[in-house]
Amino acid sequence: MKLLTHNMLTSKCLKGVSVGYPLGINATEVTTSVVDFDPEFISRLIPKLEWHALKQASDIIGEKGYLPEALIADYENNEEFLKKVHHALLEIEVVSGNLVCPETGRSFPINNGIPNMLLNEDEV
Amino acid sequence: MSRPEYLAPPEIFYNEEEARKYTQNSRIIDIQVQMCERAIELLVLPEDQPCYLLDLGCGSGLSGSVLEEQGHHWVGVDIAQAMLDVAVEREVEGDLLLGDMGHGCPFRAGCFDGAVSISALQWLCNADKASHKPIQRLYKFFSSLYACLTRSARAVLQFYPENSDQMELVTQQAMRAGFYGGVVVDYPNSTKAKSFS
Ligand SMILES: C[S@@+](CC[C@H](N)C(=O)[O-])C[C@H]1O[C@@H](n2cnc3c(N)ncnc32)[C@H](O)[C@@H]1O
Repeated sequence: MKLLTHNMLTSKCLKGVSVGYPLGINATEVTTSVVDFDPEFISRLIPKLEWHALKQASDIIGEKGYLPEALIADYENNEEFLKKVHHALLEIEVVSGNLVCPETGRSFPINNGIPNMLLNEDEV
Repeated sequence: MSRPEYLAPPEIFYNEEEARKYTQNSRIIDIQVQMCERAIELLVLPEDQPCYLLDLGCGSGLSGSVLEEQGHHWVGVDIAQAMLDVAVEREVEGDLLLGDMGHGCPFRAGCFDGAVSISALQWLCNADKASHKPIQRLYKFFSSLYACLTRSARAVLQFYPENSDQMELVTQQAMRAGFYGGVVVDYPNSTKAKSFS
């Protein structure tokens, strides 16, 4: 699971959960890979991100302090910053660990890089 | 041909053996690739712009491979672990989630620039468990899908409706969830593509 996916993912499909965001994240295995850098794609993605959730996930899974506290102004023209966001979003991957619903504490295991978001019938 | 939906629930039907057979069958590969190419056409995405897309019932990533070949980033959701494991083996670029689309799409509002689903939706018309109500599951699916798309996004869902009642059932729930759009019958008698926006 990439941190981009984590940034979009919620546990709102659980019965009784209203927002279900951001999901807590724990990793027992993380890998990094190389993905082609496309500054335009990253620039267009940034307005859709919850910055704080990305920053937190990157602090836990990647290197602490790698991303700044707040989104910087004029990011479209800052290649160095866009590269960092690119790396955090697309190149760091959680191979195993789990995600945790912030409202119920329900845990979703991650195995083989795939979060298991399946719900029991009594949870929906 | 008997419909696989009647043989077993999808997570059982697509076991390790079936997942491998499915993904290696050159006829299946050709069909899935063609249908996904057609679906992307119908998405009418901005030209030459990599988009962030959702693939529902992504399976082993045959449809996803087409999305990435065209330069898009994608997230796939499927209920069959064995299919997703084959997708990992094939080293698809998309990120994968194990999930049941009948329980809804578990994403924040406004994430995706478009969604495709290739040959999966007919499974949702079935009740595999005593608690399954196809109407409710379809509505949950469509309403949560609608929410996680950007405002101008479309969803193109190709599936094999068993009959006109099933087509009607799916269309009604899609409209109820806020989609409008139409049915495109591309390959009469074999394939029906449905596009909602
Ligand atoms: C014929 S395969 C198509 C896979 C892929 N889209 C392709 O083009 O090769 C149908 C897929 O739908 C998945 N599926 C069926 N019901 C589902 C559900 N309720 N939620 C998620 N995936 C489902 C199956 O597990 C299977 O992988």
